[in-house]
Parts: sequence; C-alpha cells; structure tokens
Amino acid sequence: MAVAAETQFHVLAVDDSRLDRMLIERLLKTSSYQVTTVDSGSKALQILGLQDDQTNSPSVSSDQHDTEVNLIITDYCMPEMTGYDLLKKIKESSSLKDIPVVIMSSENVPSRIHRCLEEGAEEFFLKPVQLSDMNRLKPHILKGKYKELHQQQVLQNSSITGSNHNSNKRKAMDDEISPEMSKTKTHKQPDSTVIPYITSFSFLTSFE
Amino acid sequence: MEVAHLQRRFIDLTTTLFQQGILDNQFIQLQQLQDESNPNFVHEVVSLFFQDSEKLLNELSRILDHQIVDFKIVDAHVHQFKGSSASIGAQRIKDVCIAFRSCCEENNRDGCIRCLQQVKQEYCLVKSNLEDLFRLEKQILAAGGSIPTMQ
Repeated sequence: MAVAAETQFHVLAVDDSRLDRMLIERLLKTSSYQVTTVDSGSKALQILGLQDDQTNSPSVSSDQHDTEVNLIITDYCMPEMTGYDLLKKIKESSSLKDIPVVIMSSENVPSRIHRCLEEGAEEFFLKPVQLSDMNRLKPHILKGKYKELHQQQVLQNSSITGSNHNSNKRKAMDDEISPEMSKTKTHKQPDSTVIPYITSFSFLTSFE
Repeated sequence: MEVAHLQRRFIDLTTTLFQQGILDNQFIQLQQLQDESNPNFVHEVVSLFFQDSEKLLNELSRILDHQIVDFKIVDAHVHQFKGSSASIGAQRIKDVCIAFRSCCEENNRDGCIRCLQQVKQEYCLVKSNLEDLFRLEKQILAAGGSIPTMQ
C-alpha cells in the first residue's frame, strides 16, 4: 500500500503591505505550506467564516473555505483592524480559538510583544521574516491539531457513553460537535492516520 | 571569456554593495527564495519596491512642500518605507528612515525635508545599482552562464 500523500498545512497570512504579502507567501510556499494571503483583518475573518459582527457562529456556508486554516500569521500594524484586534477576535470565537496565531512586526516593542503573547499569540516574529523563522511554525500547527483531535476524541467518547441516554441529549451533542467534525472532514487525511496521530502526540501534554 | 568576465563584474558589484551597506543580508534571503519554479522572484519584489517607493516619495514631497504639515501622516509613510526597504535589504534607506521618524516625532519640518532629500539620494543609489545588477544577470544568462550565488 503506497504511503498517503503528505497533507499540506494551510496558512492564512494577513498583511496590508503588498510587498510583504509577496514575501511571506514565498517564504511559506518554499516551506511547503499551502498559502492564502489577505490584506486586512476583516478579510481574514471572512475567510475564516466569521463576519465582523458575529463572534460565535460561523457563517452559514462553510464551503466558502475549501480547506481549514491550520495557522494564521498576521502583521501587527494595519489600518482599521490591527493584528492584535484580529488576534482578540479569533480567541473570542469558539470555532477559531484553537487555531494558532503568530504576529509579525517591524518594531521591537516589548510591551506590544507581551500584550500579544498574553492574548494568546503563539509567537512574535520580527520583520523582515526569514526562512529560518518558518521552522518555528510547525510545532504550533501540530499543537493546534492535537487540541482539535483531543477535543473530538473527548466528544466521541462522551457520545458513546451517552448512547443509553435519551436521544434528545445525544442530538444536542451531535449538533454541538458537527462544526468541529465538518472542519476535519474537509481535511483530506484518511481515518487510518488518526490513530497514529494521537499516540504520537501523547508526549505533547507535558508541554501544556 | 565573456561569461567569466560578466560573472566577475557581478561578484564585484554585489560585494561593493554589501560592503557599503547599500544592501544587507535580507537581499541574500530574497535570492535564496528564487528558484526554477520562481525564477523572477527577486526582480518582481524589487520592481514592486520601486513602484511603491516612487509613489511614496512623491507623496512625501507633496506634503512637505506645505508650511503646515501633518507629521502623523508623514510618519506613517516613512514607517511604511522603512518596512519595505528593510524587506528587500536596502539597509541605508532603512537607516535614514529611522532618523526621518525622529524628525517627525519632533514635528521638525526642516529636519524632515533634509531627511527626505537624503532618503531620495539613497533610493536613487539602490535603484541604479540594482538595475545594473539585473542587467548583468540578463547578460550572463544570455551568454549561457549561471548567476554566481553570494553567501
């Protein structure tokens, strides 16, 4: 049986500078990521299925984005919505909060960096971003995937043990997990790879 | 041999640009991102830089021509220029931008005008040198040679 093709992780890059978008796209593609670039925080939220005024429910047509986003990398200084504002909106969203976010900035301002990390950013890259910085992304993506799979496992386990309870309760849980499930269903890995994923991630709990 | 001669000139020019701080390591980073699947990457990025910079410098000239200056706007433009010049490795432009921003903070119109002059000079230097570099590259490739890579 041939080895399943390695799924590319999908990164959403946000930057109002066209030049920097060109750069980050090349950096990411060279590092084998699938890339979508947008020029504003509000466009990023649209791609993520979140309209600006809704914070909890994804927009109806989730087939608007063909593949899930595994990491968001955003510039800090942008007009209208800064990278920090975008980070906050993502962390406030139940459907998006587990997607790792990395902030980029041309300015080394410790209070800014601290603020972003406090708000849940995984890392802060100083611009210009370099190829070597790309190596720092994968651990965050994998951690995000682990959280997602772990969450599913927990939900699956509780729905299995709940099978003797009344069907209404079961239905409520299914409705709750369906956005998460549909998110992974768009991810093209066959089910047989899920199990090796979980066992190999067991060591990550020590990093929490 | 013509190719060897052209390659020698290419190496010499690149070395000089680095020694004089006109270009820095970021430019090498850009070159490393160029390959067979993206053979024009450096040229595309630099062309975009030229386009954006010229618009920006014209706008800055226009603003600073007036007696009353909104220094916040000037600072925003200079911040952008600093960012894009850093992104392509134009070190000296970036350095002048830092001084330029200080003048903005001080609401110093004369200082800003001086910085603008300086930044325009540095920009012209980068532009003409990079154009020479690209021309040499074309000639090398046309003569059947390969572009020397810088470490």
